Amino acid sequence: MRGEKRAIAQTISIIENNETRAQEIVSLLYPKTGRAHIIGITGPAGVGKSTLVEKLATEIRKQKKTVGIVAVDPTSPFSGGAFLGDRVRMQDLSLDEGVYIRSMATRNSLGGLARATKDAAHVLDAAGKDTIIVETVGAGQSEVEVIKVAQTVVVVLAPGLGDDIQAIKAGQMEIGDIFVVNKADRENADKAVSDIRTMLEMDTEEKGWKPPVLKITALIGEGINKLLENIEKHRVYLKTGVSLLQRRANAEVELIEALKQKITDSIIREMRQKGEWIEVTEQIMARKTDPYTAADNMLKQRLKTSGKA
Amino acid sequence: MSTKEKKIRVLIAKPGLDSHDRGAKVVARALRDAGMEVIYTGLRQTPEQIAETALQEDVDVIGLSILSGAHTTLFPKIMQLLKKKGLDDVLVFAGGIIPQEDIPTLKKIGIREVFGPGTPTTMLVDFVKKTVPKPA
Repeated sequence: MRGEKRAIAQTISIIENNETRAQEIVSLLYPKTGRAHIIGITGPAGVGKSTLVEKLATEIRKQKKTVGIVAVDPTSPFSGGAFLGDRVRMQDLSLDEGVYIRSMATRNSLGGLARATKDAAHVLDAAGKDTIIVETVGAGQSEVEVIKVAQTVVVVLAPGLGDDIQAIKAGQMEIGDIFVVNKADRENADKAVSDIRTMLEMDTEEKGWKPPVLKITALIGEGINKLLENIEKHRVYLKTGVSLLQRRANAEVELIEALKQKITDSIIREMRQKGEWIEVTEQIMARKTDPYTAADNMLKQRLKTSGKA
Repeated sequence: MSTKEKKIRVLIAKPGLDSHDRGAKVVARALRDAGMEVIYTGLRQTPEQIAETALQEDVDVIGLSILSGAHTTLFPKIMQLLKKKGLDDVLVFAGGIIPQEDIPTLKKIGIREVFGPGTPTTMLVDFVKKTVPKPA
């Protein structure tokens, strides 16, 4: 599949659409993955993630490495449609043969990514991309799924988003391997940097990696080389430091995710086939049962049937 | 969930040098509200950029918006490049300021429909839904 852009594009679609061949394809590709370095870019809406991704990819290309980008934007919970606009900031990359960009809608997955994002990254990895950048939706405080996909997570913030109380909250502020204060030419950039540093210093747990806090003005490319240097340092750290334990934890997460999806899918399919799905939904609507009891019953039933098989 | 989740993917592109994209955004918004995934690439796209984006994004539909009058030069170029990349099955429509007398020529090169100013968005949505190549 190396280099075949049409094949990459169609493979990602098959996975995204959860077509019958999707699992077979993922299984085939899996042994060929694990070579690329996957960088996650996350942070609130409007802090400049897409602009940063473009500049970062451009910088990586100077090192003659190829880049795959998966940029995620939200699906409308009302229409199911999506407006995917990350490419607007990435126009200069669109004709670079060494860059592949894919826009992806969340299709109502929570956590800042789509269900298919990880597998799309796997496809790009198997296709030989050296570096893969995954850009999340504009993330709130609890969109932290990116840590399950990326090896290096960059949390992007901007001046004036909140004070030290915001910085101390759980979620996003805990997942950064690198923190970036973008739009650093604006007022209060130093304040933002010091708020984040203070928060990080309160972390008493002994860790081999101390997340750096970088000031960047992505629009003019200022500080991008510093960011890439730190990403590279983190990659080296992962290779030499914690890696075995971390890699086991990651594999565990992947397995748990796959298991959850399989169990849920198979139960829902069975209930739908039997025509019980709507019935149970209506019982919940009428408050005759609660979702937890209903789920318990479904699981019990499923275990019984699979026991017989 | 467990079922297949095929969505219609649309690229809304603005070839050429005009810098007015309100129409393109209105169309993008209408298709989004009709449940489609709309990729918008911004202003001043070259034919090469449009074809390459369509390829990487694996779109089913391309909507070209143009106001500059360069459609007779740019559209054939785009259609050629799409063909070259094996994307001849993608549904292409156009909108913007396009004189009536140019429409037959554009249709001949594979542009399925041309929508002028004032087209109700519902008409556009219906057209895309009806004409889009059926997912395999």
